[in-house]
Amino acid sequence: MFELSSAEWTAVELSLRIAVVATAWALPFGIAIGWLLARGKFWGKTVLDGLVHLPLVLPPVVTGYLLLIWFGRRGPVGAFLYDHFGVVFAFRWTGAALASGVMGFPLLVRPIRLALEAIDRRLEDAAATLGANPALVFFTVTLPLALPGIVAGLLLCFARALGEFGATITFVSNIPGETQTISAAIYTFLQIPEGDAAAGRLVVVAILLSLAALIAAEWLGRRASARFHGE
Amino acid sequence: MIVLAVEVEKQLGVLALGVQFQIASGVTALFGPSGAGKTSLVNMIAGLLKPDRGAIVLDDTILFDAAKAINVPPHRRRIGYVFQEGRLFPHLSVRQNLDYGRRVSGRPRDPSEFDRIAALLGIANLLQRRPRMLSGGERQRVAIGRALLMQPRLLLLDEPLASLDAGHKGEILPYLTRLRDEAAIPMVYVSHIADELRQIATAVVRLEEGRVAAVGGLDLLAGTR
Repeated sequence: MFELSSAEWTAVELSLRIAVVATAWALPFGIAIGWLLARGKFWGKTVLDGLVHLPLVLPPVVTGYLLLIWFGRRGPVGAFLYDHFGVVFAFRWTGAALASGVMGFPLLVRPIRLALEAIDRRLEDAAATLGANPALVFFTVTLPLALPGIVAGLLLCFARALGEFGATITFVSNIPGETQTISAAIYTFLQIPEGDAAAGRLVVVAILLSLAALIAAEWLGRRASARFHGE
Repeated sequence: MIVLAVEVEKQLGVLALGVQFQIASGVTALFGPSGAGKTSLVNMIAGLLKPDRGAIVLDDTILFDAAKAINVPPHRRRIGYVFQEGRLFPHLSVRQNLDYGRRVSGRPRDPSEFDRIAALLGIANLLQRRPRMLSGGERQRVAIGRALLMQPRLLLLDEPLASLDAGHKGEILPYLTRLRDEAAIPMVYVSHIADELRQIATAVVRLEEGRVAAVGGLDLLAGTR
């Protein structure tokens, strides 16, 4: 009774792949931007902060349209990436990953930034007096202490990427097997007669995946904070 | 023989710090009331705070010289620093805290040295614990061990007993005097409590309002508490 058709499986598999790739690519940028916002003192910091949060407040369709203009084959960034690296975003699953990553980015950066701001800088001084150069201080003290925030950001970003719809469909359309994620597939099934059952099954899958992400976030968060508060 | 020569000036808010002194081996007390600039001075020796003017020389090494634009960063100074609040890394076990200096400088493991210091400070039975699970006195002993195990050329102790209650103070001082007598590491010991310094110091530099008021022996502590 609860059996997914191969088209539905494809949408599920595609959604997971897009969300994982989007989150993995967003992470190093998220840590870098989070660090800049937490520690940096530079002109234009407010502007950067605003830009990072823009996808959170803009209509997703607008974000998708901007991505289309910039990252499409003829767009300034898209043409550059195609000419130099052979990377294509337009109407590919990679484009869906880009859109999902951009939409999840503010949710990734915020907890990382807060975690970095909460770190006792004096511990970093202590590490320096013990002979650690700035890079080692970052990787052995700063990053591990920010780990709970990084984990929280990762899961929020992953969950957001998994459910992204508006920006993705605007940017890379709704192509089965290429850019049709769970959300897009549900939308499509609801447009056709007799599509209700398939949509219903995907709705169940979406709920299960989201629940799993939430539980994982809770569990990982607890484990990370337990490391600092004794066994 | 002079180990450390300090001649620095720095404006710290309303306090104009301007000091000049030299220390030899043994334990030199930096003694003076709160707000005299003791911690700032020690931070400058460690490289955590940059003086406005002057120079700091350890043995034959210029650590800081404003005129020559030399400022050796803290991680290259090899100066051990025991902070008032210990500052143990909360995400690492006691053993990992003790090993930190060796690991980041890529030196090979030296189990006999490790065991010797752990025994000297009475922390050999705490190695698996996290800093959260330690008493205040244990925490400071681990902090002292961590600074010693980086094989420092100089050891700075900034009010290492200040965060402890009276009972635990008595627990640490014997370890420190043993350290003074067994290890040949010159120490700078910051405190505003004369009784504490009488037990450990071999020379005294008295600071008042950012200036060196007197340099001499333990007799400088007389009449104070």
